[in-house]
Amino acid sequence: MSQLVIQDLHVAIGEKAIVKGLSLTINQGEVHAIMGPNGTGKSTLAKVIAGHPDYTVTGGDVLLDGKSLLAMEADERARAGVFLAFQYPSEIPGVSIANFLRAAVQARMAEGEELDATGYYKRLYSKMDLLKIDRKFTARAVNDGFSGGEKKRCEILQMAMLEPTFALMDETDSGLDIDALRIVAEGVNAQRGPNLGVLMITHYQRLLDYIIPDFVHVMYDGRLVKSGDKSLALELEAKGYDWVKKEFALANS
Amino acid sequence: MNPPTDLDTLATPELDEAALNPTPNPVAGIDQTKGDFSYPVAQYAFDAGTGLTEDTVRYISSVKKEAPWILDFRLKALKTFWDKPMPTHWATKDLEAIDFSKIRYYLSQGQKPKRTWEEVPDDIKKTFERLGIPEQERKFLAGVEAQFDSEAAYSNIKDVVAKQGVIFVNSTEGLREHPEIFRQWFGKVIPTGDNKFSALNSAVFSGGSFIYVPKGVKVAQPLQAYFRINAENFGQFERTLIICDEGAEVVYMEGCTAPKFSTSTLHSAVVELVALKGAKIQYITVQNWANNVFNLVTKRGLAHEEAEIKWIDCNIGSRLTMKYPGVILKGRKARGEVISIALANDGQHQDTGAKMIHAADETTSNIVAKSISVGQGRSTYRGVVHIPKHLKGCKNNTECDALLINSNSRTDTYPAITVRGDRNYVQHEASVSKVNEEMIFYMQQRGLTEGQAMSLAVNGFINDLARQFPMEYSVELKRLIDLEMEGSVG
Repeated sequence: MSQLVIQDLHVAIGEKAIVKGLSLTINQGEVHAIMGPNGTGKSTLAKVIAGHPDYTVTGGDVLLDGKSLLAMEADERARAGVFLAFQYPSEIPGVSIANFLRAAVQARMAEGEELDATGYYKRLYSKMDLLKIDRKFTARAVNDGFSGGEKKRCEILQMAMLEPTFALMDETDSGLDIDALRIVAEGVNAQRGPNLGVLMITHYQRLLDYIIPDFVHVMYDGRLVKSGDKSLALELEAKGYDWVKKEFALANS
Repeated sequence: MNPPTDLDTLATPELDEAALNPTPNPVAGIDQTKGDFSYPVAQYAFDAGTGLTEDTVRYISSVKKEAPWILDFRLKALKTFWDKPMPTHWATKDLEAIDFSKIRYYLSQGQKPKRTWEEVPDDIKKTFERLGIPEQERKFLAGVEAQFDSEAAYSNIKDVVAKQGVIFVNSTEGLREHPEIFRQWFGKVIPTGDNKFSALNSAVFSGGSFIYVPKGVKVAQPLQAYFRINAENFGQFERTLIICDEGAEVVYMEGCTAPKFSTSTLHSAVVELVALKGAKIQYITVQNWANNVFNLVTKRGLAHEEAEIKWIDCNIGSRLTMKYPGVILKGRKARGEVISIALANDGQHQDTGAKMIHAADETTSNIVAKSISVGQGRSTYRGVVHIPKHLKGCKNNTECDALLINSNSRTDTYPAITVRGDRNYVQHEASVSKVNEEMIFYMQQRGLTEGQAMSLAVNGFINDLARQFPMEYSVELKRLIDLEMEGSVG
């Protein structure tokens, strides 16, 4: 069983500290949700694990099965099994989803090994059927002119094809209406199982109605200030983030 | 019709520069050791020496056993070349780096290449390997072997088209054996005095293809210069003339995507196309020059009534490329099109574009130009669209898109569109985009390396144009872009 361990992680962008000592262990097969008000460093956490070049790790470590990810390039981390479902996926004009995914699958193969095109398309179509995505979809250029819902479905399809060990889902619910949210959630649930660990980042509780987490953490001011099971999310929904802020202020006084 | 056995098709030597001059000229670019007098030229049967005089021109003409009118044509052109100033009032000052007195203008026959395979630089070998160029062709392209043994393939294609009455020969043979066909149009679409370099070509041209397609004949397979790969394809001063008679159709492809490792640093070709009533010509170029080469080419077509001329032009490499394929839309309802892709890497300047001269009613033209600037590479789009006042029902569409990869690169667009009168229609769009860090990170997050991500982004940018290339060219183009991008990331 794989394990993703975040150890006392400190992250800054320029001089500004954003993540200030965060620890969390995710086992393969578990779904963790991190909730928190805007600007507490949730998205930063996801991006820094994936290796975004804008952030500097000023302390701590992130280990995948005991091996530090921090010295690895973003693409090495991806090939090691870390997938980031982006809050704002980039558009790649002129590159079809099918070709993009093919390049990504090929990148995971040993040098000199050639992708079997027939097998690839068979697998792609079966994943699309599973996610109820129209066949025409993958002929379109990646995210180019997509609606918010289409972009998120494209992310979920990529995740299904690349079969990561750990998926970091950054505000997957943002910009989705309730129907799109349901479809995306079904896609994630379909992939859920003993082989996938998920770190789900969300501002709203509503996503957790569809993807039931095993653990819920509350992030505030660059740290995890509360952890619990799914009932914590409901409590948070009822009391609001001010409750957390007050408790945090109290604890620090 | 025999395969070319004429002098034109025989070896141009690739000189061993290191042996010539152990300390290369510190000025980057034009290779001034070329044609050094210390070189033992005696072993060459035909050598015009360095520098350009009337004697050089007379020499070339006599070696080719040309008719007197061709010699006259050459000598007049030489004078025009001397009289014309460098076009540096609008073009780059880099042109001034060319020293015409240090260039060797003609070498032929009996010349054995001196370079061995071991002497070919490693990066060139690697590129050949990556592009999957067959062994035999690699040696030719690297200048190790003077002649690639493609006679069989070439004479085959020649035989097939000859049955349809198609003439497919080199310039010397065309002018000597078929003056009644070619003389009429030779130098008419692009007059000698069109520009300084068309004049230079007119004075010293050798090599290139002369093609005549008879009335109503549709040539099924593309005619390729690639099949007649021979030393003249390194030819610095190729001359091509394609005449497509009424209702005829032909596709011509020149060049290949493998880098031409040439020691000659000035290439100045002239290509003239004539599409008579209802004819269709498509001219496809994919070139990848070594980055010390000045590639200064004049290409123009003349489209008669309801005729169609389409240039597909892809320029990679070179130190400076200046090339603006054009179509003169002479007859009613003639159509002209230029599809161009230019990639400028570090130290390169691609100054390319298109010219559409509307000279009849209801003529239409379309220009789609995409440029990619990498590192310090510089791309310039220069276009002319001319629709005079007395015409009606003319249409032009121009699109120029530039892609910048990293902040040092530069791109300029100079579209000169002159449309007079109120019965014509014109549309122009231009865009500049950047491959940004977020896009690259997104692709890296899916497992692609930075280089793979870059080339995918670039291939996406030109995808809609690359699709119009013949299959094998678009595949090679993609591989070539992969290579260029690989080298451009840290």
